[in-house]
Amino acid sequence: MDIQEVRRQFPILDQEVNGHPLVYLDSAATSQKPRQVIEAVEDYYKRYNSNVHRGVHTLGSMATDGYEGAREKVRRFIHASSMEEIIFLRGTTTAINLVASSYGRANVGEGDEIVITPMEHHSNIIPWQQLAKATGAELKYIPLEEDGTISVEKARETITANTKIVSVMHVSNVLGTINPVKEITSIAHENGAVMVVDGAQSVPHMKVDVQDIGADFFAFSGHKMCAPTGIGVLYGKKKLLKEMEPVEFGGEMIDFVGLYDSTWKELPWKFEGGTPIIAGAVGLGAAIDFLEDIGLDNIEAHERKLARYALDQLKDKDGVTVYGPQDRAGIVTFNSDDVHPHDLATVLDSEGVAVRAGHHCAQPLMKWLDVTATARASFYLYNTEEDVDKFTASLQTAKEYFGDVFG
Amino acid sequence: MSLDNKLDTLYRQVIMDHYKNPRNRGEVDGETLKVDMNNPTCGDRIQLQMKVEDGKIAEAKFNGEGCSISLSSASMMTQAVKGLPVEDALRMSALFSDMMLGKEIDPAGLDLGDLEALQGVQKFPARIKCATLAWKAMEQGLEEEK
Repeated sequence: MDIQEVRRQFPILDQEVNGHPLVYLDSAATSQKPRQVIEAVEDYYKRYNSNVHRGVHTLGSMATDGYEGAREKVRRFIHASSMEEIIFLRGTTTAINLVASSYGRANVGEGDEIVITPMEHHSNIIPWQQLAKATGAELKYIPLEEDGTISVEKARETITANTKIVSVMHVSNVLGTINPVKEITSIAHENGAVMVVDGAQSVPHMKVDVQDIGADFFAFSGHKMCAPTGIGVLYGKKKLLKEMEPVEFGGEMIDFVGLYDSTWKELPWKFEGGTPIIAGAVGLGAAIDFLEDIGLDNIEAHERKLARYALDQLKDKDGVTVYGPQDRAGIVTFNSDDVHPHDLATVLDSEGVAVRAGHHCAQPLMKWLDVTATARASFYLYNTEEDVDKFTASLQTAKEYFGDVFG
Repeated sequence: MSLDNKLDTLYRQVIMDHYKNPRNRGEVDGETLKVDMNNPTCGDRIQLQMKVEDGKIAEAKFNGEGCSISLSSASMMTQAVKGLPVEDALRMSALFSDMMLGKEIDPAGLDLGDLEALQGVQKFPARIKCATLAWKAMEQGLEEEK
């Protein structure tokens, strides 16, 4: 993988921010977009923008081909068995909400259990809280290990015959932990529960095979994997999706409409009410081509190397606490004794280094870590060791600046 | 230290002094107006307690967690409004908001004191909410009192 060649595909990286070359270390929030994706979206709008699934005219069928072609690319990318199992939605949040509202309302009742973990993103907590409140089910948490990992044993102790849904993130957006979702899926299935996986932080960065994992539902977002915002995917096993009711009703998702009753289209369209996210899907298809061309294995190896490099540098710094396990994806969350994460992020930004500061949409995990906020550097295929060097140098600047104040 | 000047306008010495030695940090005894407020996007939180007597803010103290800007602003705010009639405190809060938005302000008899040190925050849009958190808490407390 030629990193300079990769970087040349991302126009946004070629700029100065606050007088310094941009060092973008916030890809876990959203990734940058390569020109292949930007041009695919532009090409759609310039040449064949049209509504899908209805036009007899030429542009209509070109747009349909673009939209459905992207679905096939997604199917192949995550190795689903059929295009009927790939539903285009706004993003991971919408996808998990769909499962909770549709499958959850129909299959979870009083006395049942929903099992999640304390490291989840808010989007994989609140839909289940709401479902538990509405149905009288109990929301249970698999306790975390001290290093911020999930043990299969604790999962086995938490999931019972009363558990109806287990939902766990594949990779933590804070700790970088790679969770044993395949093993947890087996435990869920042994207990008659369905397994939901939040793949927002895994699909962009590593090869994912949904059939190998065995999960019943798997959700991810396009914008974290070089695609535009506003497009995401829910994968679901066909036999479950078939039985589920849509949660949005209107155009595009209907078969026959009468005055008092209507029927739905086949999968996957019955879940895609309204004019779909056509340009977004086209962009997602282009992003998949781009990522596959470089190779997901190469991308994963590159990011892991950067994470190790960053961890090595940070461990020698006095007063810096890094959260999470040694073995991790390209996410490094930390705090400095001398500087609050917001102040740190402002100082880093003044030197062109973009990091995230705050609770990272994971307030229960912040509580578990016993902090109110942290700073996070996250890596993607376009980051370099030089980026990490600039980041750690800037961190030193911030420590000295605030250290002087408190000295 | 050779950080650029823009950063120095944000982190002025008086701000750092309030951050390091916050004034009015703690709790007010007896019956008080209590407001808990947080900034949901970043996790900063403040608990403000005020005592209003004869239409004046007789006492104002805070506890909380946050960055240098939110905590120094809370410290300066409690200092500035203590002893002020409620109307003047609300007027000062409006002035402070205008200052954060980069508008021309006319203090018209109100002593802004150390607060003017926070003027630099306006150049850092992402940090304005840090600076206004304590003021929003004060406004909410006084609104509820009305």
